[in-house]
Amino acid sequence: MLSTKAQDVLKKFPDAKRDSLIPILQEVQEADGYLSKQAIIEVGRHLKLSASKIYGVATFYNQFRFYKPGKLTIQVCRGTACHVKGSAKILDTIKQELSIDAGQTTKDGLFSLEVVACIGVCGLAPVICIEGEFHANVLPENIKNILDSYRKKVSQDD
Amino acid sequence: MININEPKLNIPLKEKDLSKTYFYLGTGTCGLGAGAGETLKVIKKYIADKKLNAEVLEVGCIGFCTAEPIMEVQLPGKNRLAFKRITHEKVNQVLDGIFNAQPDFDQTLFQMQSASQSQKWNNVPMINEHPFFAPQTRLVLKNCGIIDPTSIEEYATNGGYKAIAKTVSNYTPVEVCDIVEKSGLRGRGGGGFLTGKKWKFAQGTAADQKYLVCNADEGDPGAFMDRAVIEGDPHRLLEGIAIAAYGIGATKAYIYIRAEYPLAIKRLEEAIAQAKSYGLLGENILNSGFELNIIIKKGAGAFVCGEETALIHSIEGKRGMPRPRPPYPAVQGLFNHPTVINNVETLANLPEIIEKGAEFFSAIGTATSKGTKVFALSGKVKNTGLIEVAMGTTIREIIFNVGGGIEHDKKFKGVQMGGPSGGCIPNSHVDIQIDYESLKTVGAMMGSGGMVVMDEDTCMVDVAKFFMDFIQRESCGKCIPCREGTRRMLEILKAITRSHRNETHNQALERFKGIMNLQRLANVIKDTSLCGLGQTAPNPVLSTLRWFRDEYEAHIYERKCPAGVCVELLHYRIDEEKCKGCTLCAKKCPVDAIKGVRKAPHYVIQEKCIGCGNCKQVCPFDAVIVE
Amino acid sequence: MISIDVNGKTVEARKEEMLLSALKRAGFEIPTLCYLEGLTPTGACRMCVVEVEGVPGLVPSCAYPVFNGMKVQTHSKRVMVARKTIVELLLADHPDDCLYCVRNNNCELQTLAATLGVREKVYQGKKNKYKIDASSPSIVRDPSKCILCGRCVRVCEEVQNVSAIDFTGRGSSTVVSTAFDQGLNVSSCINCGQCIMVCPTGALREQSYLKDVINALKDPNLHVVVQHAPAVSVSLAEEFGIKAGTDIDGIMTAALRTLGFAKVFDTSFSADLTIMEEGSELVQRIKTGGKLPMMTSCSPGWIKYVEQFYPDFIDNLSTCKSPQQMLGAVIKSYYAQTNGIDPKKIFSVSVMPCTAKKFEAERPEMGRGAVQDIDAVLTTRELAELIRLYGVDMNGLTTSLPDNPFGQRSTAGKLFGASGGVMEAALRSAYFLLTGTEMAELDIKEVRGMKGVKEAKVKINGLEIGVAVVSGLSNAANLLEQIRAGRNDLHFIEVMTCPGGCIAGGGQPFNANTDAVIARMKGLYKIDKSEPIRVSHKNESVLKLYKEFLGEPLGHKSHELLHTKYAKRQVVQ
Repeated sequence: MLSTKAQDVLKKFPDAKRDSLIPILQEVQEADGYLSKQAIIEVGRHLKLSASKIYGVATFYNQFRFYKPGKLTIQVCRGTACHVKGSAKILDTIKQELSIDAGQTTKDGLFSLEVVACIGVCGLAPVICIEGEFHANVLPENIKNILDSYRKKVSQDD
Repeated sequence: MININEPKLNIPLKEKDLSKTYFYLGTGTCGLGAGAGETLKVIKKYIADKKLNAEVLEVGCIGFCTAEPIMEVQLPGKNRLAFKRITHEKVNQVLDGIFNAQPDFDQTLFQMQSASQSQKWNNVPMINEHPFFAPQTRLVLKNCGIIDPTSIEEYATNGGYKAIAKTVSNYTPVEVCDIVEKSGLRGRGGGGFLTGKKWKFAQGTAADQKYLVCNADEGDPGAFMDRAVIEGDPHRLLEGIAIAAYGIGATKAYIYIRAEYPLAIKRLEEAIAQAKSYGLLGENILNSGFELNIIIKKGAGAFVCGEETALIHSIEGKRGMPRPRPPYPAVQGLFNHPTVINNVETLANLPEIIEKGAEFFSAIGTATSKGTKVFALSGKVKNTGLIEVAMGTTIREIIFNVGGGIEHDKKFKGVQMGGPSGGCIPNSHVDIQIDYESLKTVGAMMGSGGMVVMDEDTCMVDVAKFFMDFIQRESCGKCIPCREGTRRMLEILKAITRSHRNETHNQALERFKGIMNLQRLANVIKDTSLCGLGQTAPNPVLSTLRWFRDEYEAHIYERKCPAGVCVELLHYRIDEEKCKGCTLCAKKCPVDAIKGVRKAPHYVIQEKCIGCGNCKQVCPFDAVIVE
Repeated sequence: MISIDVNGKTVEARKEEMLLSALKRAGFEIPTLCYLEGLTPTGACRMCVVEVEGVPGLVPSCAYPVFNGMKVQTHSKRVMVARKTIVELLLADHPDDCLYCVRNNNCELQTLAATLGVREKVYQGKKNKYKIDASSPSIVRDPSKCILCGRCVRVCEEVQNVSAIDFTGRGSSTVVSTAFDQGLNVSSCINCGQCIMVCPTGALREQSYLKDVINALKDPNLHVVVQHAPAVSVSLAEEFGIKAGTDIDGIMTAALRTLGFAKVFDTSFSADLTIMEEGSELVQRIKTGGKLPMMTSCSPGWIKYVEQFYPDFIDNLSTCKSPQQMLGAVIKSYYAQTNGIDPKKIFSVSVMPCTAKKFEAERPEMGRGAVQDIDAVLTTRELAELIRLYGVDMNGLTTSLPDNPFGQRSTAGKLFGASGGVMEAALRSAYFLLTGTEMAELDIKEVRGMKGVKEAKVKINGLEIGVAVVSGLSNAANLLEQIRAGRNDLHFIEVMTCPGGCIAGGGQPFNANTDAVIARMKGLYKIDKSEPIRVSHKNESVLKLYKEFLGEPLGHKSHELLHTKYAKRQVVQ
């Protein structure tokens, strides 16, 4: 079944045409955290488009996920400025620290790792962004501390 | 021709209360990234604790990223005084200083006039005297970091929305196109087509519906001009859109903006609502009969959507794949209607052009490139940030004056311009001036304005590889030369930087074969690809090959990376003099490539070494040498 | 008309046409891969690039409109290097298994590589590897061989209005796939095989049942019979280098005997049987106020399409099984009984121009208990393969007649192979059923030809009957939408899934252009013109079958054997 949140999204777009497809997918992902199979089929029905079309559009864009993400999403910027300032090492360090690849979620469901083309904060490169919070001028040796601070925050919240 | 009936804007002006203290804090994405959020909290607490008659205004990014968070304080009757790098722990100390009339001048950046009679601070340069700002000509960025972007009143107080009032009351749409054409404004998104001319194609095509699309899908890695403009001065963009829409006869405009820019989207939403409430958007704008509605479309992350036809497909809800042109969008674009697509900076230039006239604008710049250009200056330069210079400024002025030279005073190697579609300008051409044509002669391009500075520690083969990797991942996959070609080019570059330890004999042969084909392949991709992205895809390689051939040769023939970046080509050696035989390196070596006995110099077995660099990292005596 | 300059020669071009069509008309050989006549040009493959004076890059001629005074170079050095490089790049991501490929010697990529002189592996790198999707009973997908020209995607969307497949992913990981990369069997694919017909490589092919047929032929315990559809005899010739449209019915029958089939039956016989049932059903619906318009049910792609996308029209479908299934049913009942053969020992093969027939034969409702009406379906192409495999020399055969009791046919039954044929045959017999007399003019020209939508009004006994004939399911969908919107002047609608009918089916010989399809159609009408029995209700064998076994059309036995029911179908759509 489609989540209630996702159903509400569809209700927000009555009589929608194809040009609403990407906004709908974006809102469904915001509601559910990812695009489930059911959601794609339902969006297709809503817009009278085949599921293969919706799936084709969704898989074209970097933004859409088809797996359930972790509690916290880490975005590592791989823009030019960040690259020149060593973001490849940053990415490797995070991968090692979490034992996952980009596009995966840690076993405990805490972190998802994403690589983004450019966050647009090139003046502060290299940059990573965790749940919307920016960390500027990151060094590989700081990674563990940064991640630990989030681990601590989450365990306190729980 | 002045129309005496020019409509009056009914936006109340917002004058500053000169008896009050004002704080200005840059809370654009870069400011927040540098910690402005925490700073803000401390400032507010300071005001509450001291019961000050003060107001904090959050402004956009002034462009001086290295100095973020930037806090400005305007005491009653005094100039605005800017402080650099005010992270939260510094706030109290700095504020104590200024309120005791003893500001810490080590932390000040510049000052600017806050009222006609405001008093100057001694020992602090005026903003236009500051080395970062002095060489700049700020038209588009005029308000960025100065005014509160969430206040339409403040925009109007600084002369905003006068241009649209003038447009709808004084000019016919064709006249607007004429003015813009005469100003010499060219598209700032990369191509450099004359904006007024492009408008005229759409203006001249009869249709019941036309569209204006603002391209804010700033996809170039290393560029953030659009984001900063929208975050810092969203109304300027809206005014520009309104002028353009009026000029081409569009009643609907789309802003296609990256979803990765949440703050910019928020600013736009607020600004649109404000403009609507004052009758500057919607039906019958300023009683002129002109109607315009602006819709925000969030991009979903695809670099290729910067291409016009791909962007159109994306707005239509399709895969963002380009289509062959003709028909051009100006004739048959969004939903098959005439559509003009302009980028943020192009549109943000329009209010100045209308307000001050085509001649004012065309007086700035060079013979073929008029006005100014905004650049995102980043990389190995001391002052990173957002800058705006007159066309014709040299690269040297930008990097060494505005940028303050190379970080750690290393040797300047080159500057990469125009993102993945652009090229590199080497040290030998550092005196080239910025204009569309000159840049092309050295194989670079204006692009949208990314400017990444490289120093001696940057490997140009690695840079080419970085861009090819980006492009092949972002290729839409539609046409064969771009889809398959960029992938093979990347493989060839990877082979060049691969250690012989990781390849078989056959692969070495293939490596040479690949290198022989690199240039031919690049030319075919350039010649046959469907869209601009594909046609420029080989540029990073062609450009680095042209200027840094010696680096390629070092990689290929000597199997060395002169900049010491390509890990697999590095050779690690232990300095016998320095090594104390602590065995730390041998313990940390993941492949057992370091041998030696305690308290005697160790050595690296080259055949085993994988170049991970662990030994260098752990050596307490700096005895590991990398070549 | 405007004139353009091509390689120094002046060539006439039509205003606003694309450069490629002007070049082709003037006889210039321009290689193409993604180009597909009649569909939107995408300019994706860049094979057809040419040099146009004044234009900086090379332009795709398929998507570039001509302009007066245009100067074109079609084979300059620059163009040749580009084309060759493109093929080299494609081969760099292609499995090098031509010798094992179903399209060996019949592959556009292979031909281009040969034509352009590709003699060396220039780029050696990673190749994309994908799993083969053999989940469908009709179509096999092998994405590793796909060159992403998108012809299948466009046919599935623009011609058939199905969109079971689309591009997924991006860049070099783009794959033509179903939603969620699931099997075709659970997708909305209607099995029509039009994608196979347009695929330039071996990325799409039919699910082959040759092995099953060969094993059955070898099995002494099985009584192996075969039937062949009306469109096959006018198409098979092309596989053996004979002119398109030539009817080789007699030779084919002889070949099938040589291959070892015990009996060779003609599906056109059961097409006549279908007309008896379907014509009666139409008359009954008109007389008793049944659900109208009635829609034909011979085309299994269409049936699945209705079940998935338009279930509200299921009651409009004729309840008649298709001729393949009707014949299958009477083979395993009447024929088995009269010849004293256990139906379980009969292996019933059909040769069809169609891939959807493979799916139809496997439908659970198409049989009784463990006995399916049909055991294996071969396409026209598979039959040709079988003939070559057994070394049958088509030139050395003398024509042979099909076997009784299912060998006799009227020419009306034969017309089933072309769009409009079922309609024409049905009207001829319905007229007789309603009036007791034959139509004065049997040719009904309005329903003939390649047009996707054909309509006519026919007067029978003062009653005006509105008929429509559509082929290609996007045309069918348009008509259904009209009916949903209230159109009510139609009584009978013939729908064939493939554009032009079975002669252009998904199981037909490759490399057939529109001219070849038209030739096949002409072949069918030539047969209709030249033989005496032109109406189904005069087929003696059909009448005998009713007399001896079935009773009467729509009778109890007919219902049991020749009619079926359809239901709403859930797929990933």
